Amino acid sequence: MIARYGPRAIALGYLAVLLVLPVGFVFYRTFENGLAPVWDALTNPEAVHALYLTLIMVAIAVPANTIFGVIAALVIVRSKARGRSVLNVLVDIPFAVSPVIVGLSLVLIYGRTGWLGETLGDQGIRVIFTPVGMALATIFVSLPFVVREVVPVLREVGDDQERAAETLGASPWQTFWRVTLPAIRWGVAYGVVLTTARALGEYGAVSVVSGKLVGETETLPLHVEQRFAQFDLTSAYTSAFVLAGIALIVLLIMQMLKPKSEATG
Amino acid sequence: MIVLIPLAAVAVKSTENGLDGFWTVVTSPQALAALKLTLAVAVIVALINAVFGTLIAWVLVRDRFRGKGVVNAIIDLPFALPTIVASLTLLALYGPKSPLGVDVAYTRVAVALALLFVTLPFVVRSVQPVLHELDRDMEAAAESLGARPRTSFRRIVLPNLLPAILAGVALAFARAVGEIGSVVLISGNLPFKTEVASVFIIGQIESGSLAGAAAVSTVLLFLALIVLVLINLLAWYGRRHDR
Amino acid sequence: MFPLRVFVLALASLAAVIGLAACGGKDESSSSGGSGAGGGSLTLVAYSTPQEAYQQGLIPGFKKTPDGEGATFKQSYGGSGDQARAVEGGLPTDVVALSLAPDVNKLVDAGLVAKNWHQDKFQGFVTNSVVVFAVRKGNPKNIKTWADLTRPGVDVVTPIPFTSGGAKWNIMAAVGAQKKQGRSPAQSEQYLKALFDNVEVQDKSARDSLQTFEGGKGDVLIAYENEALGAQKKGQELDYVIPDQTILIQNPIAVTTDARNAETAKAFIDYTRSEEGQKTFADYGYRPVLKSVDDPQKFPDPPGLFDIGYVGGWSDVNDVYFDPEKGVMAGILSKKGFTTEK
Repeated sequence: MIARYGPRAIALGYLAVLLVLPVGFVFYRTFENGLAPVWDALTNPEAVHALYLTLIMVAIAVPANTIFGVIAALVIVRSKARGRSVLNVLVDIPFAVSPVIVGLSLVLIYGRTGWLGETLGDQGIRVIFTPVGMALATIFVSLPFVVREVVPVLREVGDDQERAAETLGASPWQTFWRVTLPAIRWGVAYGVVLTTARALGEYGAVSVVSGKLVGETETLPLHVEQRFAQFDLTSAYTSAFVLAGIALIVLLIMQMLKPKSEATG
Repeated sequence: MIVLIPLAAVAVKSTENGLDGFWTVVTSPQALAALKLTLAVAVIVALINAVFGTLIAWVLVRDRFRGKGVVNAIIDLPFALPTIVASLTLLALYGPKSPLGVDVAYTRVAVALALLFVTLPFVVRSVQPVLHELDRDMEAAAESLGARPRTSFRRIVLPNLLPAILAGVALAFARAVGEIGSVVLISGNLPFKTEVASVFIIGQIESGSLAGAAAVSTVLLFLALIVLVLINLLAWYGRRHDR
Repeated sequence: MFPLRVFVLALASLAAVIGLAACGGKDESSSSGGSGAGGGSLTLVAYSTPQEAYQQGLIPGFKKTPDGEGATFKQSYGGSGDQARAVEGGLPTDVVALSLAPDVNKLVDAGLVAKNWHQDKFQGFVTNSVVVFAVRKGNPKNIKTWADLTRPGVDVVTPIPFTSGGAKWNIMAAVGAQKKQGRSPAQSEQYLKALFDNVEVQDKSARDSLQTFEGGKGDVLIAYENEALGAQKKGQELDYVIPDQTILIQNPIAVTTDARNAETAKAFIDYTRSEEGQKTFADYGYRPVLKSVDDPQKFPDPPGLFDIGYVGGWSDVNDVYFDPEKGVMAGILSKKGFTTEK
């Protein structure tokens, strides 16, 4: 049943205000002064390093949260474990915490005088103000997405096929790979997309935890902020544009990995 | 766990000044106003998202039109942008220098607008995968039995989508409660009017009152937890009712 | 179906990922620390406004001097309070250059800066500035004095004193101006109340409030001279007025107690206050602390110039005005909310 024009118009109108115009605006601001400043902004060594660092953050946070997310979703929906509903609610909590508080709490723990920080510090291991601490912060703030995306799909799909596979003699691992995973692939895909988007754009928590060392512990969002503070708006928008671009690429990859089960466009 | 330790630290820090100190900060009029505003706007934003997010997901999955792929692709972009960019963009488009002549800056509407902007993808992306997997047989059956599309939607599709919608709503609510970067430039941060809890908390931090900041954060988190539990209960109830 | 065992496995793999990353992190931090021993690596942690001055002026300039030859710099810029907290939290630092003295004193309390940091020729300061009124080009509303700011219909933009350490300068400038004009403390409190009646928007930082002003909001922005100058240089359309009475903003610089290259750090600090260093700062809009470099034409001194000591010094001021519960500003802002609510 295809929607009539009404819903489509409303949806598109809403999106125009909240999505298309703002994204278009970023695009406009980036290229407002021509291509040359954009190129300068892109090839600036600070920006390049910031991009590199951001990609590393994403490369760590996304797989970690995806693995955690799928397993947590399975526990929440399929297992009989007690406390699984607690887990369900708990998963959203990191996300509800203001990013700055996340950062500060990490400093509280891993900082110079922090609970773990002091003992680790004596071993010569520093977590805070290094990419490790930044990765922790990024994982923290992008935790819930895969779980949240997969749980409803898992529920919707039901476990009939899995039970069938079991009675046919498949091992749990086989069942997972061949039956469960394909069924939840859309949930995982969008979960990955959201996790990536959050990891890309994260500012507050990483800002506190990174120490903002120029060219060393600056991610791209931090770089954007720094350029903005120096009134270098073109550079700031260009970096934002790059971030949006990466998010887009990840989405396209996710879409490509899914076989066309139905016409999508 | 990565998650519980920092949160425990915040909770512990908040009791540094003793229970008295905790209570004073948290019940100060400004803190209460900020908490009320944050929670109220977060709930409203979550509800708006529930409606529009579902609508958009529906259009994106079931409808066909030119440019649909593009729209689908850019849904997540506001979310991937650093919050300062979100702030600047909204201020430029819907503030004093708006090319559209729309100026809602420095009002509570602005707070809601900023939050809607950064929570846009959640319900959409939660509902989409479920819609993809939805068994269309039920709808087809209903139709052949003479049900109108609207009834079919209400009684068959919607109950099946409800868990997904609520999942997205939970995410949207959680984000709205903690958000600071995108709201801060366009809201005006006036105490009792447009100051959200996170700005108040930062004020506490900068004034050297870390315990006060931790206290308000803990309360905010606790209240958010309650709402999230409610949402979960709703979903559970909906499921029970289902089978 | 999927027992808790699997869940624990997940946690374990997560821990493994972190552990791997930690190995990488450990190597990085130790290697960057190691290379310091040879050529002199300095970490400068500063507030955000002078970034260009340091990055493009002072650091390259210092490297050309005999003391600075072979020195490598790691730099961090951000909000003054945030930076102080970062250093407190363990960010390895050699030199701190912050926006106001109390932020450095926080580090003294934490044992990271020597107690006598301000006992030198310049009292520990590296640059000065003054509080000014930034106005629209041409100053259409003719705003020149503090009294003008309380005129009906004048929209004033200033950051939140609780979130922006630097915003406190603005308020103390207003308070001192009242005192200079012979008003009593009660009257100056009245003034503040009237001033804030004209404030419709508060931003969390000075940079944000400049952005707000640029975004079209407000008739006047209470700002610092160096920021107004910097904005003008970057093509932002504004003028600024130095009121007759205003406060001298003094920005501190200090070496840390655990600096790994204390000698080079001190040499760098000396350089920032040398003639060459001070001239560089002047180029970027900062008033020099070195008298011989001062240019009265570029940086005119208003007749009623005073410093923070005139209004009581920071510790008193922080208690009386900026205590988040009992301070004067807390009272004014909360009452403001009540009267403008509905």
